[in-house]
Amino acid sequence: MTGILSLTTFAPIVGVVGILILRFFGRPEEPRTLNAARWIALIATLATFALSVLMLAGFDPNQAGFQYLEDAPWFGVFRYRMGVDGISVLFVILTTFLTPLCIIASWKSITSRVLEYMIAFLMLETLMIGVFTALDLILFYIFFEFGLIPMFLIIGIWGGQRRVYAAFKFFLYTLLGSVLMLAAILTMVAISGTSSIPALMTYHFDPGLQIWLWLAFTASFAVKLPMWPVHTWLPDAHVEAPTAGSVVLAGILLKMGGYGFLRFSLPMFPSASQFFTPLVFALSVIAVIYTSLVAWRQVDMKKLIAYSSVAHMGLVTIGIFSGNVQGEQGAIYQMLSHGVISGALFLCVGVVYDRMHTREIAFYGGVVNRMPWYAAVFMLFTMGNVGLPGTSGFVGEMLSMTGAYAASTWTAILAATGVILSAVYMLTLYRKVVFGELVNPKLAAIADLEVREVVIFAPLMVATLLMGVMPSWIFNVTQASVDHLTQTYRAAIGG
Amino acid sequence: MNFSAGLAVAYPELILGAGALLLLVVGAFAPRSTGVVGALSILALVAAAVAAAVQPLGSAFAGGLVFDSAAAFAKVAIYLASAVCVPLGQRWFERRGIRNFEFPILIVIAALGMGIMASSGDLISLYLGVELHSLALYVLAAMHRDDARASEAGLKYFVLGALSSGLLLYGASLIYGFAGSTIFTDIAAAVRGGAGTGVLFGLIFLICGLAFKVSAAPFHMWTPDVYEGAPTPVVAFFAAAPKLAAMVLFGRALGQGFAGAAGQWQEVLIAIALISVAVGAFAGLAQRNLKRLWAYSSIANVGYAILGMASGTAEGMQSMLVFMVLYMIDVTGFFACLAALSRQGRPMETIDDMAGLIKAQPGLGLAMTAFSLSALGLPPFSGFWAKVYVFKAALHAGLAWPAVLGLVGSVVAAFYYLRLVKVIWFDAAEGATDRPAPEARGIAVALALFSFPVVMVALRWIDPLAATAARAFGLA
Repeated sequence: MTGILSLTTFAPIVGVVGILILRFFGRPEEPRTLNAARWIALIATLATFALSVLMLAGFDPNQAGFQYLEDAPWFGVFRYRMGVDGISVLFVILTTFLTPLCIIASWKSITSRVLEYMIAFLMLETLMIGVFTALDLILFYIFFEFGLIPMFLIIGIWGGQRRVYAAFKFFLYTLLGSVLMLAAILTMVAISGTSSIPALMTYHFDPGLQIWLWLAFTASFAVKLPMWPVHTWLPDAHVEAPTAGSVVLAGILLKMGGYGFLRFSLPMFPSASQFFTPLVFALSVIAVIYTSLVAWRQVDMKKLIAYSSVAHMGLVTIGIFSGNVQGEQGAIYQMLSHGVISGALFLCVGVVYDRMHTREIAFYGGVVNRMPWYAAVFMLFTMGNVGLPGTSGFVGEMLSMTGAYAASTWTAILAATGVILSAVYMLTLYRKVVFGELVNPKLAAIADLEVREVVIFAPLMVATLLMGVMPSWIFNVTQASVDHLTQTYRAAIGG
Repeated sequence: MNFSAGLAVAYPELILGAGALLLLVVGAFAPRSTGVVGALSILALVAAAVAAAVQPLGSAFAGGLVFDSAAAFAKVAIYLASAVCVPLGQRWFERRGIRNFEFPILIVIAALGMGIMASSGDLISLYLGVELHSLALYVLAAMHRDDARASEAGLKYFVLGALSSGLLLYGASLIYGFAGSTIFTDIAAAVRGGAGTGVLFGLIFLICGLAFKVSAAPFHMWTPDVYEGAPTPVVAFFAAAPKLAAMVLFGRALGQGFAGAAGQWQEVLIAIALISVAVGAFAGLAQRNLKRLWAYSSIANVGYAILGMASGTAEGMQSMLVFMVLYMIDVTGFFACLAALSRQGRPMETIDDMAGLIKAQPGLGLAMTAFSLSALGLPPFSGFWAKVYVFKAALHAGLAWPAVLGLVGSVVAAFYYLRLVKVIWFDAAEGATDRPAPEARGIAVALALFSFPVVMVALRWIDPLAATAARAFGLA
């Protein structure tokens, strides 16, 4: 089954080619052509999902190393290397799972330049999968950076009022972090003479150099994740992006930062990671408490969820840098769960936004009277975001906190306040939007979920509940890789 | 080595020199046959490129003309880049009612001069090559006679170019006086343990003169004005190949002549590189005219190439060669886009002119986006690979801070490239464009396809060829 990884990664490109053929031979701007483009994109993303499931089915969870390895010469020291381990394979699944839902979510809300939109989304999917499957530093960097372009276009063309500002901010913030990472990558290649990620994971860099390399990588991942205080691009980007753009941004792009910490920072720079752990804990605790408070005071639904993402990612970094199995497992679980739940929450916002074209919390109130099904769906994801037991959010938060407790008691105690605060802002949001009297006359005719929306939410609800009650199937996949990661990390720092 | 054996090393020069003279005669007797002259010029350039690719290595004329792997690499690139500009410019001038046969011939003469620059092994041929190509370029810049801006550009280019030639010559005479020879290999022997004050003085003048030719800051002042005023296809020509020729000459003079003083020129180059990056990045922010913008972009990019060279290693020279070749493709392609576009007969030259280009001209819009992102250094476009080579070499040589500053400069510059992308993609079109010039459009699209995805494969060949070429510079 070698080659299935490249096949999965580049499968969306087939859809791009299909749409390009449509563009040249069909009549653009005609409803039939637009619908055809939507169907091509949906089929391509579903096929990608099928391929990734096939890949997961053949994945051997007992192996700690990389599987489905592909290795072809390129030029210089760079090679085309692909592979997945227990950590990355689930992020691939998350990506392929969310993208078709994004396509369906954009079915009606995107009406201008549909072909370009679908092309941008399909390219973005390939690049996102590539980030998780690349095993060569420069290949990883290409996927990581090139993803900025489709996202820049998605925000800038199909976004809201201040879309240009948000797109530039998103791009320049991320780019500044990334060029520093590029400097670190090139230094590593120059010193070690290889760009292979597995080889570099066992390469011992000088501890003094590790500090600089760690800082450079963190500059990129901290912006991407995002960590406080470099998170300010995120609320803007989320608010201005179209619904599906926000879903991808929160669901997958943010996870690249956490994935980067797991894949690069811990294994390649263990002593620097240990050295900076207090800093990361401090920034994460600030992120958890401060951005939760900020989220509480938001008047815009999307902004609230964006700040809540920053807070949740704070828990992820605490888990990762706790350096024990519970922490890592919790962080990975939290990322996967947050990918599903925050994506779903943005879709929930999208539902009412598509109908009313405003995201202002004060505009709504009492929608349960008109949209009982919507209220139920929104309730589930609200609870998931709060971390209610039985939803996927609980497992990740619980484990991250356990891991953090083992590493630093104070960090765990302070981070735990985030869970309380998340209940505060999420329930406030829910109460203000869904409950109460329906006073705004414009809401009188608002319609409940339609079939298309049910189709989007059903898989997300199943995933949230399934991950909440049966976490073992995910832990089985990650166990061997996480054990290996923590063992080598602890051995390297002598703990 | 005797004279006739020396001629065997100079086949590309002979082909171009004889070709240019012959074509002048053809043009003088049949002034209407511009098409034939153009085609024959391309033929001569391609033949010279083939000769440069296959002929055996060696040196001739008492070391004045060196044909090593670096010269071969550079010459093939220079001649081919020049050949591309012949159809690009000739049709452009024809559409503006200028049917002169001199244009392709001047390109051939400039290419001859650039070839000599790339092969010069002593200070005399250095100066000869620089002057020969510069004189041709001055005339080319002012070719559009009735256009006041073009004449101004030509004059400015000439006056400032003459100044830089003066600097070069003064530096060369100082070096000759203190080192006792004009031949690089002899100079190398004289400065083995580092350059003395006199030679160093001359070297600095030499570096300033060459920095002028590659438009590195703080010797860049002519660039924006000349780029803005000169005819677009001419800019496409002299923003690309002459820069490579001058950089190879730069590398050869420093590597073969002053390897012993590497520690001394390294600092100068780092300063020039970083100032160039900063000037290119910050001054570019204020530009609305795309030709001026790209002038500043070229200043920044030359800064990166010089940073690669400042590594003082064979890897650094390789990075400089790869950088310049990939950069040439970008810049030629970008100006080909500009040459192709017009709106109601008026050239589209400002950023705002490009509003909604992706709808009006999807092919050129995509090409221009690719060139902008490539110049920004975003993967996977060719400009990214160029920067990868440069920064890898610089970091390997221990130039960590210059490399980081250079990369941060590229983030500043990213703003104006992104602004162009934004205008092309986000803004609404203001009226239809004219039908784009087919040959310019073809060249632009082909070069954009090279920028991505062809470059991903092409580097498999460019990488080892540049590595072989870089060893000829005589640095470890």
